Formats: sequence, C-alpha cells, structure tokens
Amino acid sequence: MTASVSFWRSAGLSLLILAIFLGAWEIAVMPKAGGGGAALDPEYAALLGQAAAQGGTTPMPGPSAIGKRLFELLADPFYVRGPNDQGIGVQIAYSLLRVGAGFGLAAIVAIPLGFVIGMSPLLNAALNPFIQVLRPVSPLAWMPLALYSIKDSAISAVFVIFICSIWPMLLNTAFGVASVRREWLNVARTLEAGRWRTAIRVILPAAAPTIVTGMRISIGIAWLVIVAAEMLVGGTGIGYWVWNQWNNLSIADIVIAILMIGLVGLALDRLLGLGARAVAWRE
Amino acid sequence: MTAYVSIEGVARRYGPTTIFQDVWFGIARGEFVCLVGHSGCGKTTILNILAGLEAPDDGAVIVDGQAISGPSLDRAVVFQGHALMPWMTAAGNVAFAISCRHRDWSRAACDAAAREALKRVGLDHAADRKPAELSGGMKQRVGIARALAINPKMLLMDEPFSALDALTRGALQDEVARLVSETAQTGFMITHDVDEAILLADRILLMSNGPEARIAEVVVNTLPKPRTRANLHHMPGYHALRDHILDFLIARSRAFKADAPPADWSARAVPAVSPALSPSPLAAE
Repeated sequence: MTASVSFWRSAGLSLLILAIFLGAWEIAVMPKAGGGGAALDPEYAALLGQAAAQGGTTPMPGPSAIGKRLFELLADPFYVRGPNDQGIGVQIAYSLLRVGAGFGLAAIVAIPLGFVIGMSPLLNAALNPFIQVLRPVSPLAWMPLALYSIKDSAISAVFVIFICSIWPMLLNTAFGVASVRREWLNVARTLEAGRWRTAIRVILPAAAPTIVTGMRISIGIAWLVIVAAEMLVGGTGIGYWVWNQWNNLSIADIVIAILMIGLVGLALDRLLGLGARAVAWRE
Repeated sequence: MTAYVSIEGVARRYGPTTIFQDVWFGIARGEFVCLVGHSGCGKTTILNILAGLEAPDDGAVIVDGQAISGPSLDRAVVFQGHALMPWMTAAGNVAFAISCRHRDWSRAACDAAAREALKRVGLDHAADRKPAELSGGMKQRVGIARALAINPKMLLMDEPFSALDALTRGALQDEVARLVSETAQTGFMITHDVDEAILLADRILLMSNGPEARIAEVVVNTLPKPRTRANLHHMPGYHALRDHILDFLIARSRAFKADAPPADWSARAVPAVSPALSPSPLAAE
C-alpha cells in the first residue's frame, strides 16, 4: 500500500511543518502592543523589580528566545558550579548513568531468568501469576519502599529503573526461548549438542530478535521513568533539572529539557535498533 | 544376517487409539530400507523412535546390541523441512554438526571439513550463503551434507524430497543414490514416492493404514545396482516391482486387518516377496 516516498520530499515537508509550528508559536507569544497594562501597586512593583514589566506573570518564551537559551546551554554543557548549578550535559549524563545501571542490572537478571522460564513450562506456569501482578505496577509506586529499605536515594532511583525494565525483558526472553522451533531443538538433540551448546548456539540466536525487542521496550520505559524518578529523588539528573527550572520559572529551560529528553530517548532506541539488526535472521 | 538395528515390537498409542503396534524389523549394516505407507500410519513416528527423538509406548530399538535411550550422533537425521538454522551460513550449519561430533577440532578445521562436505553435494559455491538465500533443493542438500558430514553409522531420512519440485527431486534422488552406494551407507527412509523407494532401497517395508497399522509386507528389491532414474524403468522386473507396491498402496494397505491377518503373516516374520524375480500372483494377472 505505502508507496516509497523520496527522502527529500518527506524531509522538506517535515521542515515546512516545523517552520509553520515555530512561526505560529513565535507570533502567539509576541508581547501585546500597549504593554502588560496590568496596573500594579507601585510598592509591589518596586519589590518585583524587573519582573514588574511583565505584569506579575512569566511570559511564555518564543522559539527565538528558546533557541538563544539552547545555544547558551550547549556552549558549555558540562560545567559544574556547585550542586545546584550544573550543565545540562552533566545532568543528562547522570540520568544516562542511572538508566544504564538499572537497565544493565535488569538485563543481567531478566535474560538468564527468562531463559530458564522459557525452557521450563513448570516454572513458566508457577512464576506467571507473580509476573502478571507485578508487571502493571507503576515503577514509582516502588519508590517509597525502595527509599525505606535501601535508605539511599541515588540507589533507589536505580532500583526503580531496574524494576521497570525487568518485565519486558523477562517476558520477551521467556517467550522467545519457549517458541524456538522444535525442529531446531531436534537437530541439536540428534547431534548430541548438549544443554550448554544447545543454549548458546541454537536457543540464544533463535530467540535473540525477541530478546532484543524486549530490551528495546525496556530502555524506552526506563527513559520515561527516570525523569519522574529524578523529580522525586532530586539532586542530579535531567528530571531533577526540569523540576529545578520549574522552581526557577525558567520556561525556556523546561522546553529545552523536553527536547533533550526526546532526542536522548530517540538515540537510545536507535542504539537498540542497531542491536536488533545485528541479531536479526530471516528464513 | 545379524541386523545392525533391530526394531522390536514398538507401538505408539494416543489415549485409546493405537496408531501402530507390534512393529518388528531389522536393518543390516550397509543396507538401505524404505518405509512406504499412507499418511497417518505413523511412519514419521517410527523414524523419530529410531532416531531416539521419541520413546515408543511399547517395545524397544536395539542398535549394535544396545537398547537406545535417546538420540545419537551415530544416527543422523535428514528432516522433512530441512531444519537449517537460518542465522548460520550453509557452511556454518554443517560446521556446527561437525563441531558436535569432533569436540576437540578447531573452528578452522570444522569449517574446512564443512566446506568439504558441501562439495560432495555440489554446493561449494554457496557455502557462505544463509539458508534464506538458497533454493529449496539447495537447502535440502545442505541438510544432507550436514547429516553425512558427521559420518553417521546410519542415515535416517523423513520424506526429504517431498517439498521439492519434480526436477529438483529427481536430481537429488540420483545424488543420494550415488552417495549411499559410494559409502555403503546404512539408511532408513520414509517416502510416498514408489519410484524413489525402488531407486534407493534394498528392501521396502509396506505399512498398512492406521490406526492399528502394521508392517504388512516386505518387498525385496532385486534390481541390480547402480540404479539411476535414467536406467531404472528399463530394468527387467521393474514394472512387476512397481505394480506390486502400487497395488498394495491402492488396495491391500486398506484391506489388511491386524486382527485378521493373512495366513502366512506374523508380526515378527513379515512375509518377504521379490516381485522383480518372480512376479507375485497378485501382480501377474
């Protein structure tokens, strides 16, 4: 159905949509002629200082103002001036570190466990109720319990990432391993390949595309959850940064953070996409 | 003649239904045996039991004087649907089998042996291709190369050519006939194709229809070797042999009843006929 569209045509249309969107935004937030006419009490205006010119409200910045701010932030993304003033690159790096640690630990647990569950119908049936109940729990609901039992907010954030990324990897690994073709297993059996060799040379590559799909879902969820987790935990990370900028009423920075979170999430997904291509096979 | 493999009274039941039982036959070293019968008589199950992939509900399989308990490298299987691993190249698939046979061989040695095995089936040019890039006939050749590469004492084939087009099937049948006679390979094959059975087999086991299937007759193939598809139908006795098997498949396979077998029939000593030598009374009307 979908005829192939030339890259330049689609890219051109994308740019056009972006230009219209940004242009409309810029026009919409332009200061109205006649000034912020809200009459302020002179004493209050004196207290507010510069902000009095805005009539007591923070204006929504336009794309040009955000662009300028983005340039400032990206010019020096890795500065550290005290715990509450660190570059956006440093914040993203903290978030990536937490996601990497939580996701990595989850993979170390979920893939071997999923393998065992996939190979054993008994274990599969026995563990299924637990997985089904725990899987829909919002990872943030674990946060108080994590804070209480771990007593360290940084590790608690990693734990929340761990608990949210484990389920898709566990379920996909178990499914992938359980649905390896009987005939391939029979080949391995007639070759007396043994458990270990069968697992590594036959089951793992056969299930690898399904496993990587699970990892891809997990990393997406982990990146969604880290922002919320860091808002709760505070200290460092892009989620904390967003909340900090909200407290500062730096709307431009919040918009920039949204953009950055989107771009990093895209990069993570593409990374796993490359992994998926590497292990894909076709009959 | 002492049998290398001896199938002794095996049975398969699903609940109250007996697919087959009281199946007895032997295969001598260097002998090639084909099992012919209609769908549903349990042919594939018999092959799987022989391979050790399934356990019989009754009876046992004795190989070299030992009852088997599972699959073995000594009994290589060529599967109906090639069963190649799609993530490995053709050479990789064969090398995997070789690495299972020779645990101490280096990767390079396995690869070299795999390419040698592919050469024997005329596939040296396609060694580095993935199965998805091979035609159906080429895939099945890789499957045969994989089975032969581990030098099995016995080759088990489950309708290996049934999914192929007629031309490819013919070429592969000739090739298997050549490979089997070159190495005096002991073999057991399941087939629907009467000519295929006559081409390859020294003895052809005819199975009655399931359920309650039995081996009803054993046909000895006395046509001289080497046989090829080109000369097969010119051989004296070929037509008598072929007619005998076809008559069985059309009429006698259905008429055979295990609870009222022919007078000369017994499960342990199924009557053997050689229609190519002396046309049986059934075929010589």
